[in-house]
Parts: sequence; structure tokens; C-alpha cells
Amino acid sequence: MTDELPRANVAADRGGGDAFPAEGQPLLRIEGVAKTFGTFRAVDGVSLDINSGEFFALLGPSGCGKTTLLRMLAGFEAPDEGRILLGGKDIAQALPHERPINMMFQNYALFPHLSVRDNIAFGLKRAGMHRADIATRVAEMVALVKLEGLEKRKPDQLSGGQRQRVALARALARRPQLLLLDEPLAALDKKLRESTQGELMELQRRLGMTFIIVTHDQEEAMTMASRIGVMNAGKLAQVASPRELYEAPRSRWIAEFVGDVNLFDGELKLRDGHRLVIATREAGTLVVAEPREPVSQTKLSVAIRPEKVKLSHRGPVSEAGHETAINSLDGVVADICYLGGISTYKVKLDGGGIVQASVANSARLDVDAYSLNQRVVAWFTPDDCVVLSS
Amino acid sequence: MSGRRIFARPARFAAIAPYVWMVLFFLVPFGFVLKISLSQTAIAQPPYEPVFDLMAGWEVLKAAFAALSLDNFKLLVSDDIYVFAYVRSLTVAVTASALLLMIGYPIAYGMARLPRRWQGVAMVLVIVPFWTSFLIRIYAWINILQHDGLLNQILLALHLVSQPVVWLSTDSAMYIGIVYSYLPFMILPLYATLAKMEPVLEEAASDLGAPPWRVFWLVTFPLSLPGVGAGVLLCFIPIVGEFVIPDLLAGSNSLMIGQTLWLEFFTNKDWPVASAAAMVLLVVLLVPLLLYERLQKRQLEQGR
Repeated sequence: MTDELPRANVAADRGGGDAFPAEGQPLLRIEGVAKTFGTFRAVDGVSLDINSGEFFALLGPSGCGKTTLLRMLAGFEAPDEGRILLGGKDIAQALPHERPINMMFQNYALFPHLSVRDNIAFGLKRAGMHRADIATRVAEMVALVKLEGLEKRKPDQLSGGQRQRVALARALARRPQLLLLDEPLAALDKKLRESTQGELMELQRRLGMTFIIVTHDQEEAMTMASRIGVMNAGKLAQVASPRELYEAPRSRWIAEFVGDVNLFDGELKLRDGHRLVIATREAGTLVVAEPREPVSQTKLSVAIRPEKVKLSHRGPVSEAGHETAINSLDGVVADICYLGGISTYKVKLDGGGIVQASVANSARLDVDAYSLNQRVVAWFTPDDCVVLSS
Repeated sequence: MSGRRIFARPARFAAIAPYVWMVLFFLVPFGFVLKISLSQTAIAQPPYEPVFDLMAGWEVLKAAFAALSLDNFKLLVSDDIYVFAYVRSLTVAVTASALLLMIGYPIAYGMARLPRRWQGVAMVLVIVPFWTSFLIRIYAWINILQHDGLLNQILLALHLVSQPVVWLSTDSAMYIGIVYSYLPFMILPLYATLAKMEPVLEEAASDLGAPPWRVFWLVTFPLSLPGVGAGVLLCFIPIVGEFVIPDLLAGSNSLMIGQTLWLEFFTNKDWPVASAAAMVLLVVLLVPLLLYERLQKRQLEQGR
């Protein structure tokens, strides 16, 4: 029973507004949406397309506008500017109860006076479904989120994880065209969060629904979403797949916000084929790969992820300026942080800067590969570097 | 362990305090009234007998006990003046409580949805009438409602009526006075529950397809029921025994039980009958109180 929630049903079940996107059209199109509170521009001209069946994450620090954007999609706030098209229909000014969109709230917002069953049935009753159909659907939902036997409990008789499941079942019960999830896992502990992430992804795939999740947790966004929109100060800074976001961040801010990064500011000295030679103050001269979009400025930053920095006792063989050039920096181990699976080393470079390297602890023995104050060479290839305008 | 012992003794005393209060100021006076209600009226000082003289010895005391009777209670049932007074009191209390709820709820809801810094101001505005003596405020209403009072002047000026309306000594005037006086007692408990309620629950309801009026009836109102119960009780019980407002604003053709009590005590000087009437009133008022108590207990148990 739980596996059978065919997608075609989703559209057929909707009471109103069952405009599904035409072929090749995105399910949701956000066009130049802006929202101002007083003098604070919470969302500042955001445009975004989301396709049917996508698992999209809005990622950003608190106060970046991601929650406001989500609330505009749900209808709790009306945008001051722009349009929100769902299946080609502008819903920007529609009231929440008129939208075929449901939301799973951050602290679940379960109705404390209603049982699990009545919480899940709430939206179905409002849709004017038949009693028998409601009972069937509720049973289906209860099975889907594995809450059998708890139907008569009130929310405060449930554990945090169970409440989260009720909230999910309640939001899914109406089979919305779009499900919004506002920090859905923030209230769970780490272990439960990880297993729930997997379940959410599995559920989304099986139901073929479109999910938009808002989160400040980049790992969560990376794990679950097929595409991530990073927001900063009310604007979309970059929309990309998790991999692209991490390996090819579009700006310094994104590189620093998503994951750890070593950044060296410098000046472009030389263009040599597909290589750029950049003189940095802290790490000397670095050879980096020319990015896809050619750089126009001379003031540049070189970004390198810690796991791409290798450490060794002696530097690799390389010829400067040549195609096989490798950046190698001499320094002293200044700090070691053992994290179990990996260790991070901070190497104080002779040039004055610090470079961070994370090394997998791939062997159980011989963990003290490098010790404090030991001289090491930190090296990385030009292709592992990202060039960003400062 | 030692920390607990430090707190144990004062805490135990604090727990006893309300019981001491109840015994001194409720149970003992209650005993007096009960005793008087079982006595006979007499032209004496005090105006009833038998009077217990604890110094007179066991036999006299026993005789005094034997002289107690239920005659006053029988009178209450046989004379329909009292029955009418009870019925009128209850009718007035029910009607006024309903009016208060209808007027107080929107005000309390509005207050709870104000920005935080305005909520305190609104709260002060609600209780500001208490700065003035209750009696003065009711006299002020007499002034407003009289033949050439403010209300009639306004109505005439707006051409809503062609000649002054008779307000004073009517039930309308009494209800205006009661609703005005008890409104803070309705608003404050309602406000307390509504302010505690998370607005996100209303958002969740509308997200799940409920139009605004349904959101109210399915989520807001059920969750505010504890406040409704407290507000209604805080108004209903004193209104049943209300004396001043009906005496000053309502007509004299039908009396509430408070007025009847007053008459028995001070005009008829029949303390025993008045005491019996008061006893019955107490029992009548205990019923809604116990019902509310039980409802709350059940809610608590469900919540666990």
C-alpha cells in the first residue's frame, strides 16, 4: 500500500488549481520577487525556476531571506514585486488556503488539541474529501511515515522524531504539487537527522513530488538536494548542483560559506596557455588553471579546498611554468586536529600565510604521520585551485 | 540533598497558607451563615435564635442544636419570590456572560496580535478603569443614561431617535453596566491564553486549506477554551450575586438574588431567611465551578 502513490494521481486529486506545467515549462517560476519589511529588503529581486520532481534546497545564513522567500511561496507573505508562477499561473497574491502547496513547519506546528489521525486528516477534510476516502488516505499516510498504532495519540504524547513524521504526513496528505520544508530536521539530534535525511530523499523519489527545503545546514542541503540555491542578503548568490557549488563557487563569499577553504589574495602576473600565474603575498607564486569564464581583473583570489592540499616530507617533482607545474609550499605544522576519519593540519608557511590540509586517516596505525613543528611541504595541482575575483 | 532540606520547611508552610486562609475567611464564616440559616428570626440582638452560648454548659447547647430547623429552606422553595430571583439572576448572568464573551473575545484577540511593545499599553488601558472607584463609575453611567444624558444627546444629534429614549431602570441599562464593569475580567484571561498561542498554528491551518473563519473555529477557538472557561467563570459567578449594578441601573419590578438578600437582611431584618438564600446561592454557584474543575482535570490528564 505504501509504495502505491502513483504520480498521475497527484494532479487528479487536487481540488482546485490543478494547472500542471506544460511540457518543458518549469513547475515553479519565481520572477524578480522582492519583499521589504520597513526599510529592510529581506528578499531582493530573486528569480528562479524549479522543475517538477526536483529536490531543491535554499541554503543561506540566518537572515538571508530564505525563510521569507519560502513564506511567499506558501502565501504567508505577499511579494512587493515580481511574480510567482505555479504551472504557469500567477499565485503571488493568492491566499495560503487557495494554493496547491503545503508546508512542513520548522517546529512542526502540529495542532495540540487534535490526535495524530485528526492532524493528518485536517487538510483532507478541508478539501471536501469523502469520509471513507479520508480514512483510507490517513491510513496510507500513517503507514508511509511508519506511525502505525499511534493514530490516537496527541502530539505531546509523541517523541520529537514521531512529531516530525506526523508533520510530514500531514503536509503530504493533500498530495501537494509542491512541498515546502522549513528546516525540517533542525529539531532532531544528529543520528536521527541523518537517517531522516535518507528517508526524506527516498520518499521524494518514490512520490515523484517536488520538494523545496530551506536550511542553514550546508551538509543537509548537499546530502539531499539535487540543486541548491545559495542566498545571501536577500539575493540568490548561486544556483548549482552540490558538486558545482563546492568545486566551482562563483564568489569568495560562497567559497567561504560552503565548506572550508584556503584563500590567498594576489595579482595576476602572467597568462601561459591555460595557466594563470598569480603572485600572492602569503603563499608566493601560484600556478592555477584558467577558469571557464576568462578573468578580466588582475586582483584575484586563489581558493583551494583543504582536502585537495597534500602534505609530504619532500616536495613533488615539478617544473615551474610548465604544464605539469605543481604548487608546493614549504612550512611548519602549526596545529593538528584529529577528527577520526580525517585529520586537519594547519601549516604555517614560510611566506607567512597558513594553509589548511585535511588528510584521510586511511591506516589505523601510524596516525602520527606528521607532528607539530615538523617541516612539511604542502602541495596541490593548478586544477585543484579556483580563481575568484577579489 | 542539603539544598532540598533548606527549602523544605518554608515550602511546606507556603503550601499550608491557602488552607489557613480558606478556613479563616471562608469555612468559619460559612459555618456562621449555615447556623443562622437554620435558626428562627426573633426581635432581639442579634435578630435570631437560638444563639449558642458556649459557656452555658452542655445541656443548653444541646437544646440549642435541637431548636435548629430547615423551615427557612422550605420557605425559599414555597415562596416563588425567591425562585424567581434565582432564575432571574441566572438568566442575567448567562446573558451577560455571553455578551461579555462576544465583546471581550475580539478585543483580547486583537490585543494578543498587537506588536509586543503595544500589548503592554493595551493591557494598561484595559485595567485603567480600576483606578476609579467602582461605585463612581456606575453613578457616571446613570449620568450618561439619564433622560437628558450623554447617550440620548448623541442619539438625538445623530437623528437616530426623534425623542429621548428611556434607558435608566431598564434591563438594557443593567446589561450595559454589567458588561462595562466585568469586561476586564473577561479580557484578561482570554488575552493570556491567546497571547501564549503560537500564530504558526493558524498558519498551518490555512496552509492545509482552511479559510480564515474555519481557522478560527477549528484551531484558534478550541485552543483558547481554557481562557474562555476562566473568563466566563470570573464573570458569571459574581454577576449571579451582583447587587449594586441591578439596584442602581435596572428597574425594581424584578429583583436579582443579591437584591433579595439585601432586602431580607436590612429591610425585613430576617437574617435566617437571608442566610438560607445565601446558602442555596452558594450551592448553585458551586455547580459550574465543579464542572469547570473537572473539565480542566480531564484536559490535564489528556495532555499527559
